Amino acid sequence: MSIFIDRATPVIVQGITGKMARFHTADMIAYGTNVVGGVVPGKGGQTVEGVPVFDTVEDAVAATGAEASLVFVPPPFAADSIMEAADAGIKYCVCITDGIPAQDMIRVKRYMYRYPKDRRMVLTGPNCAGTISPGKALLGIMPGHIYLPGHVGIIGRSGTLGYEAAAQLKEHGIGISTSVGIGGDPINGSSFKDILEHFEADDETHVICMIGEIGGPQEAEAAAYIRDHVTKPVVAYVAGLTAPKGRTMGHAGAIISAFGESASEKVEILTAAGVTVAPHPAEIGDTIAKVMQKEAA
Amino acid sequence: MDIHEYQAKEILANFGVHSPPGALAYSPEQAAYRARELGGERWVVKAQVHAGGRGKAGGVKVCDSDAEIQATCESLFGRKLVTHQTGPEGKGIYRVYVEAAVPIEREIYLGFVLDRTSQRVMIVASAEGGMEIEEISADRPDSIVRATVEPAVGLQDFQCRQIAFKLGMDPALTAPMVRTLQGCYRAFREHDATMVEINPLVVTGDSRILALDAKMTFDDNALFRHPQISELRDKSQEDPRESRAADRGLSYVGLEGNIGCIVNGAGLAMATMDTIKLAGGEPANFLDIGGGATPERVAKAFRLVMSDDNVQAVLVNIFAGINRCDWVAEGVVQALKEVQVDVPVVVRLAGTNVEEGQKILAKSGLPIIRATTLIEAAQRAVGAWQNDLSQGSNMRAVQ
Repeated sequence: MSIFIDRATPVIVQGITGKMARFHTADMIAYGTNVVGGVVPGKGGQTVEGVPVFDTVEDAVAATGAEASLVFVPPPFAADSIMEAADAGIKYCVCITDGIPAQDMIRVKRYMYRYPKDRRMVLTGPNCAGTISPGKALLGIMPGHIYLPGHVGIIGRSGTLGYEAAAQLKEHGIGISTSVGIGGDPINGSSFKDILEHFEADDETHVICMIGEIGGPQEAEAAAYIRDHVTKPVVAYVAGLTAPKGRTMGHAGAIISAFGESASEKVEILTAAGVTVAPHPAEIGDTIAKVMQKEAA
Repeated sequence: MDIHEYQAKEILANFGVHSPPGALAYSPEQAAYRARELGGERWVVKAQVHAGGRGKAGGVKVCDSDAEIQATCESLFGRKLVTHQTGPEGKGIYRVYVEAAVPIEREIYLGFVLDRTSQRVMIVASAEGGMEIEEISADRPDSIVRATVEPAVGLQDFQCRQIAFKLGMDPALTAPMVRTLQGCYRAFREHDATMVEINPLVVTGDSRILALDAKMTFDDNALFRHPQISELRDKSQEDPRESRAADRGLSYVGLEGNIGCIVNGAGLAMATMDTIKLAGGEPANFLDIGGGATPERVAKAFRLVMSDDNVQAVLVNIFAGINRCDWVAEGVVQALKEVQVDVPVVVRLAGTNVEEGQKILAKSGLPIIRATTLIEAAQRAVGAWQNDLSQGSNMRAVQ
């Protein structure tokens, strides 16, 4: 199966009664995602988009066998909802919510570590567009039609820039095994390195594409991991070559505050680790196509 | 969100972190009066701006008399202070803080930051106080002491003692140092700060530990639960365009170039800026209009971008997902009818229903330059700007 979700993976939506959540639930069902229910405290017993709503994640898991969850809960309550999912035995959780306080995320990460690794929930996001395994399942808010099924694994911090990459690949007729949004926040559920581990072990993924940006240590950490552990070819692009130091560029995490956090430094570090870096965003697709041709030859 | 030094000192005082006696003034006369109230013979007059490096930029002066305070303040008030952190435009001085000067035995650097590697709060301290942390880490990296806080149990006293001993502090000062560190940590945690910096933290001649400067930055995402912190926002310290954008729910950063950018998504916005640079232009701004590119948001974005007099061309780059291109195109057309835009406009739409979107732009009769790819959009925007410059005419874009 693909790395996190498959056609059969039972999915619940936390905060399903909200306007955005309803809309995207319908969209995910239309894509073929196996949405089995939703959770909103106090609204258990209702039906939304044809699926039952439960008061707690625990109830939802007991009744539906849900294994994955999509969190659409507003920022003040989102961290709590993620911990609820982790406690109820959800294996994979995507949090779309933008604007969760950083200290709440510190608590979430600490809470998740109370479970041994084999029982620990994988969280991607918050502040991301979600995860898609084209042709199988969509857990997020991205437009499914721009992704062809195939063998490129994408990891990205930005939503629309990830769409851009997928659309460029589609132009080349290149498909995607899974695209994972890790989100634009300073403290996120999974890092590039965490997802690289999954792609390295995934038979369906032949080439990995990581789309980074300014700010934070995660691209450098990924570079070290790629150098030592990744056998598959990796292509990268880092956004923000023109971004000034010390200013937050939209994403709470996109701020250059230390050495190794600017786009040019990240490009240098990734190149030194053997990663093929696309020189500019319009060449992400071309660069991957070239790397794939070289692999095939 | 940033606050002023005097506000940070007030917050820290509530957690037992002490500073020399001081008072705020809004005019030179008031500053002199405050100094008399404070008493003593020597005072430090400090410009209150949201930036570090004030001392070197002439924003902090030691004064020995009323007259000197008055004269210093007259040279400060209303002026823009330019430090290495403000950018060339500087930040306006509208408040000064007058503080009693204290005899200093030694200076320590102390910072609490959100460390993204450990995903925890980290304490950074150095015996080389007074210098900027960047200089310390470049010149004396061995002098830096670090400790991370385990979030489940918080900062422990033994960690504070370790820091005090590693800094080589007099054992008699261990207990007050532990109180100071614990106070800073509680202020950080309870107010959802992302940074607390005390530089320098000093040991006085009479063995007291005082914060001589204090800087606090707060997590914008957590302001909803700290209304008392939100009230400390000082718009005079912000770029007016950025304030206006923030008030309208847009994310804007003003830059030096002349090609205005309107993009959905932060990553794509940065990528668009990079592509403009590649095409030989300079972006005038970063602007993320967010996921839903409604006509209202697009119109607001145009108004904001056009309020920058340097803008000589505008590039709109929208990757429409659920918000279909036809709908975004309607928004662009409507915005261009509402907002006076007298520079070339390049629009690149991609994603869902792109053909319908292009048709709407073409049929609008507006002089919109269309592009299908990112690189094409950047090249056309730069080309239109250069053309416009060379023609020097009001004749705007053609298809």
